[in-house]
Amino acid sequence: MGEFKVHRVRFFDYMPSAIRTMAFNSQTERLAVARADGAVEIFNFNDNFFQEKVIPGQDGRATEALCWVGHRLFSAGLNGEIIEYDLENLRPQYTVDAYGGPIWTISSNSQGTQLAVGCEDGTVKIFAILEERIQFQRNLNRHKGRIISLCWHPSSAQIAAGMTDMIKIFDAETGHATRRLLVDRAMGASKNKEVVVWSVGYLSDHTIISGDSAGKVQIWNGLTGTLVRTYLVTKWDVLVLSVSKDESSVIAGTSEGTVIQFQFISSTVDQHDKEWVRTRTFRNHSHDVSALAHTDTAVVSGGMDTQLVVRPLLDKVEKNTQESALRKIAFPHRSLVGCAKKAGLLLFQFPDRLELWKLGESEGHGKPGDRLPVKRKPEKLIELKRKGEDHICCSALSACGGWLAYSTVSSVRLYRIQYNNTISINKVSKLPKELRSVHQLCFSSDSSKLFASSCQSSVIVVAVSQQECRYLHTLKHKTGSRQPVHLLCASDDGKWLATANTDCEIHIYNLHKMKLHCMVPVYNSCPTTIAIHPVTNNLISVHADQQIFEFSLVQKEYTQWSRRLQAQGLLSLWLERDTPITHITFNPKNPDHIILHDTYMFCIIDQSLPFPELNAVLWNQMTLKSLPVSQRIGQSHAFKICKSFQHLMCVSLLEDLSLVVVERPLLDIMSQLPAPVRQKKFAT
Amino acid sequence: MAALYEGYTLCGLVPDQNLSSSGIQGIEEERDRDHVVVTDSTRSVTLYKVSDQKPLGSWTVKQGQKLTCPAVFNSQTNEYVAVTDNKVIRIWKEDDILLDKAFKATVSSDVWKVHCTHGGEPVVLFQRGAVRLLDSLLAAPQQPIEEVLAQEEAIRWSTIIVAETQQFIIITTEQKGEHFLYLQRLNPNSVQRYRLEREEPGLSPLSFSATYRDKHICLLYLYPNGHVYQSVLSVRGLGTEEGVQALPLPRSLLLGLPVGDGQLEAASAMALDEAHVAVVGVPHPSAGGGKDFLCIWNTNFQTLQAGKEMAGKIYGQLWSYSNKVFIPHGKTLSIIPFECPKSSLASALGKLKHTKTEESKTPNSVPSWNNILHGEKAQPSKSAETRRTRTTRKSQSTTNLTTDQVLELIKTAPVEEIQKEVEGFLTRAEFQDLQPSVGQLALTLVSRSLADPAFYSSSTLAQLVHTRCLCHSVCPDLVLLALEKKDYFLCQLCLQFFPDIPEAVTCACLKAFISIPDVDAEKVSLEPDSVEFMENLITRDRAEAGLQNGFSPTSSVVNDRQTRAEDVKKKASAPSQLSCPVGLHKAVLINEILQTPYSDTFLLPHLKDLSSQHVMLFLQYLQFLYLKYSQDAFPQMEGFRSPSLSQIMDWVCLLLDAHFTVLVMTPEAKGLLLNLHRFVKSQVRLVSELGKIEGSLQELRKMKAKESIGQYSIEIIELF
Repeated sequence: MGEFKVHRVRFFDYMPSAIRTMAFNSQTERLAVARADGAVEIFNFNDNFFQEKVIPGQDGRATEALCWVGHRLFSAGLNGEIIEYDLENLRPQYTVDAYGGPIWTISSNSQGTQLAVGCEDGTVKIFAILEERIQFQRNLNRHKGRIISLCWHPSSAQIAAGMTDMIKIFDAETGHATRRLLVDRAMGASKNKEVVVWSVGYLSDHTIISGDSAGKVQIWNGLTGTLVRTYLVTKWDVLVLSVSKDESSVIAGTSEGTVIQFQFISSTVDQHDKEWVRTRTFRNHSHDVSALAHTDTAVVSGGMDTQLVVRPLLDKVEKNTQESALRKIAFPHRSLVGCAKKAGLLLFQFPDRLELWKLGESEGHGKPGDRLPVKRKPEKLIELKRKGEDHICCSALSACGGWLAYSTVSSVRLYRIQYNNTISINKVSKLPKELRSVHQLCFSSDSSKLFASSCQSSVIVVAVSQQECRYLHTLKHKTGSRQPVHLLCASDDGKWLATANTDCEIHIYNLHKMKLHCMVPVYNSCPTTIAIHPVTNNLISVHADQQIFEFSLVQKEYTQWSRRLQAQGLLSLWLERDTPITHITFNPKNPDHIILHDTYMFCIIDQSLPFPELNAVLWNQMTLKSLPVSQRIGQSHAFKICKSFQHLMCVSLLEDLSLVVVERPLLDIMSQLPAPVRQKKFAT
Repeated sequence: MAALYEGYTLCGLVPDQNLSSSGIQGIEEERDRDHVVVTDSTRSVTLYKVSDQKPLGSWTVKQGQKLTCPAVFNSQTNEYVAVTDNKVIRIWKEDDILLDKAFKATVSSDVWKVHCTHGGEPVVLFQRGAVRLLDSLLAAPQQPIEEVLAQEEAIRWSTIIVAETQQFIIITTEQKGEHFLYLQRLNPNSVQRYRLEREEPGLSPLSFSATYRDKHICLLYLYPNGHVYQSVLSVRGLGTEEGVQALPLPRSLLLGLPVGDGQLEAASAMALDEAHVAVVGVPHPSAGGGKDFLCIWNTNFQTLQAGKEMAGKIYGQLWSYSNKVFIPHGKTLSIIPFECPKSSLASALGKLKHTKTEESKTPNSVPSWNNILHGEKAQPSKSAETRRTRTTRKSQSTTNLTTDQVLELIKTAPVEEIQKEVEGFLTRAEFQDLQPSVGQLALTLVSRSLADPAFYSSSTLAQLVHTRCLCHSVCPDLVLLALEKKDYFLCQLCLQFFPDIPEAVTCACLKAFISIPDVDAEKVSLEPDSVEFMENLITRDRAEAGLQNGFSPTSSVVNDRQTRAEDVKKKASAPSQLSCPVGLHKAVLINEILQTPYSDTFLLPHLKDLSSQHVMLFLQYLQFLYLKYSQDAFPQMEGFRSPSLSQIMDWVCLLLDAHFTVLVMTPEAKGLLLNLHRFVKSQVRLVSELGKIEGSLQELRKMKAKESIGQYSIEIIELF
């Protein structure tokens, strides 16, 4: 296979935003996660936890709560607005001001007809959910003190509201408070500090479960208003609760980073009267757990430490399978790094800025394992701050490095970059009006065209040149899918454009004819990356379930190689990887080589070599290294996997055949987090 | 360590308005240890049953009259004697209801106190120092009473003491700040006067306590400055001449108690035994200045052994009968059981072997229903074991024999009678004075058994061993006798309770145990706990072998036993198939050997005497135990006496050391040795693997140090 010179890049200061809240839709198995910067991410739990949609955030949005109503997603935040998201165009559809000050919580009734929001001014406001919009209905009786948490009774007749020092139960019909449950303050020094009920749950048997800032999880009888049981679970706050769908289990997230499960079980065998018993403790976070979701089989948690953790409940899943494995999702499932292969430039995308870096140079040669002396250090050429409040959702850098484009939900910006000793950047002022709201950008390889995915899976083609920027065409398909295109890829020869949308469809457009060429047979897992081979014009697609397909664009069918791969099957070790392949590049010198990577490895697939046998060792680099050259060929197989580099954000092959590896060590992310709450450790 | 146990209340008190006195004049022992007569400071006398905390009778004198001395009980006539208004002696029986109708006699001089010892005749002590026996006084009540004391000399304290068969009255007096002591012997009467050495000027003793031991009277007295002195008076060399001449009384400082600030006011010290002193009203050294403590001090080591805070005011009064302290405090009279085991340096330093087990057998102060119902003597300070034997006893020997009598009996009487008498004796005797007598009893029993082959009383010996007062050095022939008589139960008990069995005897036991035929061993009844432990171990082994439902494990043990002994060899070569190479009871006995203390150097020569056959069997059994312990992670069952893994390993090593050459030559031992070798090899392998891991971990650390990746680097990698 040979030697590679690797630019090992660690200066991409990507910092994910803390997870603020989440909501799980059990009908569609989608998890919506809101981050502190206002971004909302949609994970598909049916498809290997693939992050299929990202709605970029906005300054000052401060989302506090998310709520699914059927397929519709609502959020509310401290800016006092209720937002319904347009999940097809990945942006807020409309915002409604609740006029009650900051909103702490939002909750819909079980029929999905009404939304209740809890406001800073102490009102619980009821909104009717209509088609296409929501409409204010009325206020429940107002009380002093902010409403921190809300929960509807499944019958929709009552609402439990968590406030400071108390929980109130409202009659949803009359709006009167029917019960007042006083919550004890913490003992000791913090006796004077008011206790905040961060979260409430309301079960169909009128049990109310509350979690508060004194570290208690309390079980109440909502009919009599009496306290049934108190569990002191932490010295800090219980920030969030989540009830399972069958109401047999409740999980509570604490500031210590633990998630504690309570189950409604009989405490002794053969006894019928059940009670809430503290059962399990999960400790997967270093910081506050501020978001929780209880799915049928797993505990999903997220918080300050920015990682989404899916912890399967081992009594609900089969043990020792992929399903039972703990999953931590720390990195986005899309590429935030652009690479200009010809110019040796890297583009880093942040929510608020773009950074353009030029890679360094080395001198001399070295043996494998050596580190070469760096002759010229990498250089940050441009730091481009975005304009406006909206965060950057996508960006693109042309292969020659001469063009740069980015987009927010409201606008697209295109820049011309020129290098002559000094660098100059010029904004292309007049963009065609079609280019307004896009969610994926891509330049053609000769940098003459810009492709932008727009609403209803359409792709806008714009010609870019020194003189002008001209709208050419809108490419549309006919399947009727309105899901957004999340992957765009143009062939090197400029003839083909491939798009993939979250309905798992991959469309091929003929750019010469500006029309749909064909559609790749729909596979039931979402493509995580696609690429068109520069020599053979075959489309390589890798899916969330880790399957790899090669589709011949000319013949409109899967290639022999792809068929052989499917016939033989991929090794389970490959299939069990828990991060998706996010980028594919090709070796211009050896058309047999396909380079792809996920977070923990990169792999060069050599199409000329046989696939590994099902009992073969997938990671065989060490074995091969120890063998004499003559025997290697017998042992080697198509998958050359390198795990020397971890937490990969991007792996790309430059034109001079040197690899660029962009790493973002988790430890670096962790070190930038604020200090966790102090915990008494032994002998400290 | 001496210990004070949880106390209980006997009765409430009616102290003076100003709380200066407790309202109790005296407490005297009645017919037995469980009954006391409490005389209050005004008009009434009450009889209490201590274990029930219940008054049995009460007598009151008429209004206007006053009891001036504590009532005593004359056990010869079962009468109570008290004095009212200094001059009227009253005598009544328990069934007299009204004191006024009882016998009374007026004497010509003021009476100080009436003293009476258990079984002795009451003695009347007059305020001017004269002493009369009650009978002789009552013969002529108005007889003239001489004045013994000088002018301005007044009695401060008095007591009566029985030394051998002599009764002594001890009186302390004060005259112009000087303190004197009179030792008055009765029948023939003689008196000796001593002068107490002066303490600091103005200090007079707060309390006295006298005990008789080793033919001497020990007088203990406490001064307000916290000094406790002891003076020893010889009983023998008492001059016959009437002592006008006051001899100086030598004294030794026994204790210097901490007094805190100021001096003691209401305090009292009392000797509990030769080494322990109970002190009340003195501050606890580690509890500040409060004086309401009851403490037990060890005078030999000058250490505080036990302390207890008493609620309410302390009046400086203290009585002690049969291992109980009677102390009035606040508005109650409390009874606090205590225990003063023989003090030794080891116990003082907390290093005595059985400290814990003794503590766990705390005297049971709660009255037992059994005792109340069967009218038995409640003796809460007795150990639980003696209680058990007592309650199971059917026929109680009516005659209360002394040690000597029992000893005589042992020399001649048949087994059954001896058994009965020894049982009775053990029940009656106090724990403390059990030690010497039990030793004597055992010695006599053993020597008779040795002399007379037909005589052997297993159960009596077992009972004696059970008292835990015996050890091997007291009765060196006992274990060997038991072995000779094949009394394996007694052997087990001895091994269990004797801390000092010599290695030679241990080895002899081992040899005997190993060579018992299994069939015989099963007939022996052994300690149930140890048997249960072994049973558990073996039945688990059975269960492993595939126990069927409804298949009784005990029957399987019996059925398999013979066959098992036969195919020991086969099983030794197949260690995976675990089965116990010896029978259940034999295993229990061997376990007992494993747990006896020994020292290798002394044991090794004796171990060499074992035959190779025995060594083989023993090793196989040890291997079985080892495998059981290590393979199943067999939990050391709580509460069961069981050998520890290290004990087992030590014995394996010892045996191999002693017999290695022989074993190497024995063909049958080959498999066994190979197995043991395999254990060792696996251990060695484990250690070497750990060593390897250590090496690679160290490498890893070096690598970590090397790697420091900056923000950017250009590296060369190679893919194959």
